[in-house]
Amino acid sequence: MNAREAILSALRRAAPPRVPLPDAAPGIVYPDPERQFAEVLAGVGGKFVRVPDLAALNFELGKVEAYARAKQVASLVPGAGIATVDLSAVKDPHELDGLDFSIIPGEFGVAENGAIWIPGSTLGPHRAVFVVCQHLAIVVPAGQIVSNMQEAYARLVIERPGYGLFISGPSKTADIEQALVIGAHGARSCTVFVVG
Amino acid sequence: MPKVGLFIPCYVDQLYPQVGLAALRVLRRLGLEVEYPQEQTCCGQPMANSGCATDAKPLADRFLRVFGHYDHVVAPSASCVSMVRNHYDPFLRGKAGFEHLKRSTFELCEYLTDVVKVGKVQGEFRRKVGLHQGCHGLRELRLARSSELVAPAFDKVRSLLSQLDGIEIVPLSRPDECCGFGGTFAVKEEAMSALMGRDRLADHLQAGAEVIAGADMSCLMHLEGLARRAGKPLQILHVAQILEQARLS
Amino acid sequence: MDHAKSAARFAADEARTHWHDQALYSLRGKRDRAAATIPEWEQLRETAARVKEHTLSRLAEYLEEFERNARKNGIQVHWARDGEEHNAIVHGILARHGATRMVKSKSMLTEECHLNPYLEARGIEVVDTDLGERIVQLAEDPPSHIVVPAIHRKREEIGELFHRTIGTAAGLSDPKVLTEAARQHLRQKFMGAQAGLSGVNFAIAETGGFVVVTNEGNADMGTSLPPVHIACMGVEKVIPRARDLGVFLRLLARSATGQPVSSYTTHFHGPMRGGELHVVIVDNGRSQSLASEVFRRSLSCIRCGACLNTCPVYRRSGGYSYSYLIPGPIGSVLGPQRDPAAHASLPFASSLCGSCTDVCPVKIDLHHELYAFRQVLVEKGLVPLHKRIAMAILGSVLSRPWAYRLAGRLLRWIVPRLPRWLAYGPWNAWGKQRELPPMPKESFRDLVGKEPP
Repeated sequence: MNAREAILSALRRAAPPRVPLPDAAPGIVYPDPERQFAEVLAGVGGKFVRVPDLAALNFELGKVEAYARAKQVASLVPGAGIATVDLSAVKDPHELDGLDFSIIPGEFGVAENGAIWIPGSTLGPHRAVFVVCQHLAIVVPAGQIVSNMQEAYARLVIERPGYGLFISGPSKTADIEQALVIGAHGARSCTVFVVG
Repeated sequence: MPKVGLFIPCYVDQLYPQVGLAALRVLRRLGLEVEYPQEQTCCGQPMANSGCATDAKPLADRFLRVFGHYDHVVAPSASCVSMVRNHYDPFLRGKAGFEHLKRSTFELCEYLTDVVKVGKVQGEFRRKVGLHQGCHGLRELRLARSSELVAPAFDKVRSLLSQLDGIEIVPLSRPDECCGFGGTFAVKEEAMSALMGRDRLADHLQAGAEVIAGADMSCLMHLEGLARRAGKPLQILHVAQILEQARLS
Repeated sequence: MDHAKSAARFAADEARTHWHDQALYSLRGKRDRAAATIPEWEQLRETAARVKEHTLSRLAEYLEEFERNARKNGIQVHWARDGEEHNAIVHGILARHGATRMVKSKSMLTEECHLNPYLEARGIEVVDTDLGERIVQLAEDPPSHIVVPAIHRKREEIGELFHRTIGTAAGLSDPKVLTEAARQHLRQKFMGAQAGLSGVNFAIAETGGFVVVTNEGNADMGTSLPPVHIACMGVEKVIPRARDLGVFLRLLARSATGQPVSSYTTHFHGPMRGGELHVVIVDNGRSQSLASEVFRRSLSCIRCGACLNTCPVYRRSGGYSYSYLIPGPIGSVLGPQRDPAAHASLPFASSLCGSCTDVCPVKIDLHHELYAFRQVLVEKGLVPLHKRIAMAILGSVLSRPWAYRLAGRLLRWIVPRLPRWLAYGPWNAWGKQRELPPMPKESFRDLVGKEPP
């Protein structure tokens, strides 16, 4: 008997009595999801910027010091920022080591935790683009903020095969004496632009 | 008129008789018919707590024999009541009278609150009191809402005490951290037990407590032992001893 | 290792113990504040518990469904009966790719299987990339907590460690500076890695993928650069549907650190372009746990660490006082299942306060399992004989009213008459730091007869 069969048959033999699979009751709903999102995002070290259109976005982006200083910029949002790196020409994600600033699209946000759902297909050829950069900006269309994760999963589609993730704020750690440090391995800052 | 069997834990009987008397008086003054069956000894917790269930079983059998015929069984001890309600099943499941016993065995404060439905506690106790939440009372009998849960706050012990004139129940920094008694834990893990207890005392003292009160003499015995060794100016009282001074209705 | 002895040694440094206790209690406080923002928190716990219970009742089915769907996504699925098989599979994948440099994000399972030493003995450099894990790796220590592995270390010690091992300047202690140094050091490792290994927080049967959560982004960095990603999971990590994540992810980070969610919640459903994605499913005793009516609930654990943070004993004794790689309440239930003899002191390393049970996001009745384990250990003869004899004698005395009364009277008569040095001799563990209770002349029994009816 191979390992697979041995394990599965052991689990079948040991199975407890069947109980039904419950569905969760609806979760908390915020009267103003965008406001809740902005508050929570700030609480987790992110920045929330609300703009009416791409032009305003670029204006605000110019005020972000990390972007202004950035030498290598990648953008997966047409019209947002001025990319200096052509991601389609990059053969190997290791070449992105020097990436200062990445601008990526987000599909929707979650108010209860400041998270943005990013489908993998929108990250271009190298998914590392959101984590190797020193600073990150995520662009989300307005009116796309759900209240909680249960609503999020009712809405999102997992690409199969594929990839997707929630990003909530910048990379962080508190492993040294519980002292919060922003910018562990991933982005040192995370600015979310809600546009429209 | 329900017949109440008074269950006095073994160590209260032997070492803190005044707590037993206080519980008895509180119940009798409410006009209840309270009997103390002399053949009782111990609920068996020390043995069960050590994993020695076979040594605890005869005590469970005895308990059912001695107390089974009462309408209600009341004890000034949450841990012993928890033993009967939550841990006697392996010993007594299926035995005649056991289901009734489980339903009718109460800790003193929950009995006063839920069964007798005491509405008024009149009297005075002009002291600063730190309320110690014993873990059995809190998490096994749900005498109060534990701090871990997201649920409406309630506290059956505090509700009785807070009505006394002049009482000041001081706010602790850790309202329901374990005192470290834990039964045989107190000697088996002596270092942890003593440290946890000393930390509780420090919390009560920084909150300004003059008196530490609780519903479980086991916790209090441990805290008192630590306080006296360290020369801390604290009076340790069982809730029954405080309520004994008051008029309940 | 006996927890009581190790704990006493740890607690001998009372100042440091209070520091450790406070650090972990603050995590408990953060958890409380985060939970309070969710009015339906207790319902979520109940739902999560029942989803896990349901899943455990059909574990084989869900694992088969997961495998089927994972394969459709281009994921290669492997099965390992125990740690040895797991290690061999991981090594086999690395060897096939000629990989000798691997980065690893947090996985208690790989600790359980002793993967690192196995690979290192075969010439593979394994770099733990979670900051806390990297710290203990450089210090050649095991983790002392499952979520914050280096919580027992002070910043100056970490500064000294980095100076010694990764060449930072001497005397550093600012967590920001130290984290920056680790960032630079580990970035090199990420860039040079030929394979990335991660744990699995949740494997989704319905979609054939899995979720890994981190705050640092190390799992993402480590698996988006090298072409090979190996993910290791215990059989109990599978959940039925993607929507069940909606419940678990609302509970996990809040329970662990008080954050509303981790910074990165990554859903892997296939290899990178030109890459390979492997999942290794491991039993290693879990099917035996499943068979136990009393202890199967412990398989619901989502490794949040909340029970450690809330445990007054863990906080005052530290992870290294526990003989099992996972300490605290959950470790004290998992360890004895794996090896009762080696971990016999753990179910007794608890006052049974029950706080762990009340914080567990999947409502494992931890303190009841600890209590039940004591019974198991006595039945297996793993509790010292003199303790069992003492309990037998005590039980014997207490079940005979005349013997009980006599013993009580003798105790109350003798103890006050003993000279202090005798009453508080080394035999008296109670008396080491406490006064004995007062020994009244009359018992309640003696006095009750004098009460008016």
